[in-house]
Amino acid sequence: MTAMAPMTLTPQAVARRRKRRVLRGVKRIGLYLAAFAFTAFAVFPFYWMLLTSFKTNRDLYVGATDLSHIPWIFNETPTLQHVKLLLFGTPYLIWVRNTVLVGAVVVLITLVFAVPAGYALARLTGRWGERLGIGIFLTYLVPPTLLFIPFARVIAVLGLQNSPWALVLVYPTFTIPFCTWLLMGFFRSIPRDIEEQGMIDGYSRWSVIRKIVLPLAVSGILTAVIFAFTLVLQEFVYALTFISSVGKMTVSLGVPVALVRGDVFYWGSLMAAALITSIPIAIIYNLFIDRFIAGLTAGAVKG
Amino acid sequence: MGYVEARNLHKHFGEVRAVDGVDLDVKEGELLVLLGPSGCGKTTLMRMIAGLEQPTSGEISIAGELVDEDVPPRARGIAMVFQSYALYPHKTAFQNIAFPLEAIGKSAGEIKRSVDWGAGMFGIRHLLGRRPRQLSGGERQRVALARSVVREPRVFLFDEPLSNLDAQLRAVARFELKQFQRQIGTTTIYVTHDQIEAMGLGDRIAVMNKGKVRQIGMPQEVYNYPVDTFVATFLGSPPMNLVQRDVHTIVGFRPETFLPKSAFPAEAPVETFQFRVREVEHLGSDRLIYGSLEGGFRSDATVISDIPSTITMPIVEGELHDFAVPRANLRTFDPQTGLRRDGRAA
Repeated sequence: MTAMAPMTLTPQAVARRRKRRVLRGVKRIGLYLAAFAFTAFAVFPFYWMLLTSFKTNRDLYVGATDLSHIPWIFNETPTLQHVKLLLFGTPYLIWVRNTVLVGAVVVLITLVFAVPAGYALARLTGRWGERLGIGIFLTYLVPPTLLFIPFARVIAVLGLQNSPWALVLVYPTFTIPFCTWLLMGFFRSIPRDIEEQGMIDGYSRWSVIRKIVLPLAVSGILTAVIFAFTLVLQEFVYALTFISSVGKMTVSLGVPVALVRGDVFYWGSLMAAALITSIPIAIIYNLFIDRFIAGLTAGAVKG
Repeated sequence: MGYVEARNLHKHFGEVRAVDGVDLDVKEGELLVLLGPSGCGKTTLMRMIAGLEQPTSGEISIAGELVDEDVPPRARGIAMVFQSYALYPHKTAFQNIAFPLEAIGKSAGEIKRSVDWGAGMFGIRHLLGRRPRQLSGGERQRVALARSVVREPRVFLFDEPLSNLDAQLRAVARFELKQFQRQIGTTTIYVTHDQIEAMGLGDRIAVMNKGKVRQIGMPQEVYNYPVDTFVATFLGSPPMNLVQRDVHTIVGFRPETFLPKSAFPAEAPVETFQFRVREVEHLGSDRLIYGSLEGGFRSDATVISDIPSTITMPIVEGELHDFAVPRANLRTFDPQTGLRRDGRAA
C-alpha cells in the first residue's frame, strides 16, 4: 500500500488516513481494556485470599455492620495471627506431609501406567486407538460423588479404612485416565519419522522409546506429574469418605475439618492454608509452563 | 540377480492396493529412482524394503538374503533419509551422526573419526555442535546424509530428500547427491515424484502408477520409448503430445521434436501437421506454442511445441502453420490399452 501511495496526498486521502489511525487506536485501547478485565477477574480470588490471610479479625468482620468500611484494603496493620493458628494450632504441617507422600506415590503409579498407555494409544493401535482413548477419557468424566459409594465397599473389603493407602489406591483412578490422555497428545506430537529413523539407525523399538521418545517427551511427562499432583492436592470427596483420623488427613480435608468449627469459620486461617498450599504450585507452573509450550520438537522436521 | 530384489510384492491397506504385484531388480552399485505421482505406491514399496511395513504377500531380498518380518529394519544393513530428514531434535549434529554408530557398539575414538569423515564429506564440520533447530533446511539435509553414510550401509534409501529445499538449492543438492553416490558406489533407491530429479539422478528409472511398475529403464530410454501413454505424459515437461489419429491409433511426439517445418532440411524424413496456433509463451530460452492439429484428427486436444530460441521464425497466434516431427520421433499407442505399438524397443 505505502509503496504505491503518491508522494503528495489529496485532502480526502489525508482524512481517510487519520480516520484509520484513530480507529486503530480505539481498537488497541479496547484490547487492553479487555485484557485488563480478564486479568483482574482471574487474580481477584488470589488477592482476596492474600488479604484475608493477614487481616485482623476486626478488619475482616466490621464491614458487616459498618457500611463505610472498605473491604478490599488493609484498614488496620496486617497480622500473622491466622498463620500462627494454622501452623501451631492445627496439624497443618502433618497434613502437608501426608499430601506430599500420597501425591508422590500416586504420581509414581500414574506414570508407570500412563506413559506406556499414552504411547500405545498414540502409536500402536491404529483405528482402535482413538476409540480406546476416548473410552479412557470418559471414565475420567464419571464424578467421584457417584464413585465413592462402590469404592467405599472395595476399601472396606481390603481393610484400608482410615488409611492413606486407600487414597493411594483410589486416586490413580482419575489421575491415570487424565494423564494418559495428556501424554497421548504429547507422544503424538513426536513425528513418527524420528522413531522409524531410530529403528533404521540400529535400535529396537524399546531402545528407541528409551533413547528418543522419552527424552523428547520430558516436558509432557513433567506436565503430567504436575497435573496429577494438583489433582491429588485438590481432591476432597474420597478423602472425606475414607479418612477419619485428623493425623492421617490430607490438606484439602484437614483444613476445612479443623478450621470450620460448627458455624464458626476461621476465615483468616482457612485462607492462609489455601495461600500457602497454592504458592508452590503457582511457582512451578510459572517456571515450567513456558518451556512446555515451547516444545522440544521444534526443528525435528523441516523448518 | 539383483542386489535388492522384490518378487511379486503386494501391500494392501484394506481395499486399497498400495503396491500391487511389483517385481524389481536393483543392481549392485546403481542408483535406481522410483518415480510416480503421489499415491502410486513408491513410498510404500521403499518402506517395505526398509522393513517399516510388512508386505501383504511377496518377497524381498537384500544382497541375496531374504528379509522378511523376522528381519527388523535395524538388521537389514540399510540407511534411510526421510523427506523430513528426521533429525533427533534433542541431539546435536554430532550426536545425530554418531547415533547409528553407538548402536553397533563402536568405541568413542572410532565414532569421532567416522563422524569427522562423514561431516567432512558434506562440508558440515563447523556445524557439529548445533542442534537441528539451529540449522537451515540445506544444512539439516546434509546432517541427515552424513548420518546415513557413516554406518556404511549396504543400501541407501532416499525418500524425496530434496523436496523440502528451495528450487535453487535443489539443483545444487541434486548434483552433490549424485557425485556422492558415484564416489561411494553404494546401491541406492531414490523415491521422487519429480521427473526432472529422476532424469538427472537415476542410472535407471522405475516409473510407478497405481501400485504397479509400468516401466524400468535408463532415463533416455524411458523418455524416448515410453511403454504406455501414462509414462509418456508423466515424463517430460511439457509432457508428450498425444493425438488420436483414427480409431486404432494414438500418435505421440515430444514438444521439442515438434517444430516449424522450415526448421528441418527439405529432404529430412518428417511427418507434417497443420498446426492451428492459439497462444505463444516466451520463456527466455525457448518458446512454448499452444494450439491444436487440423486435418483428419479425431481429437482437438491441446498440442504443445517447444521451440528453442535459436529458431527465430515468427509464429502468429490464431494462424495455421506447417509444423513437422521427424519420423524417428513419432510414437504410436493403442487407444484401448494405452500401450505403445511401434516396434522400436530400447
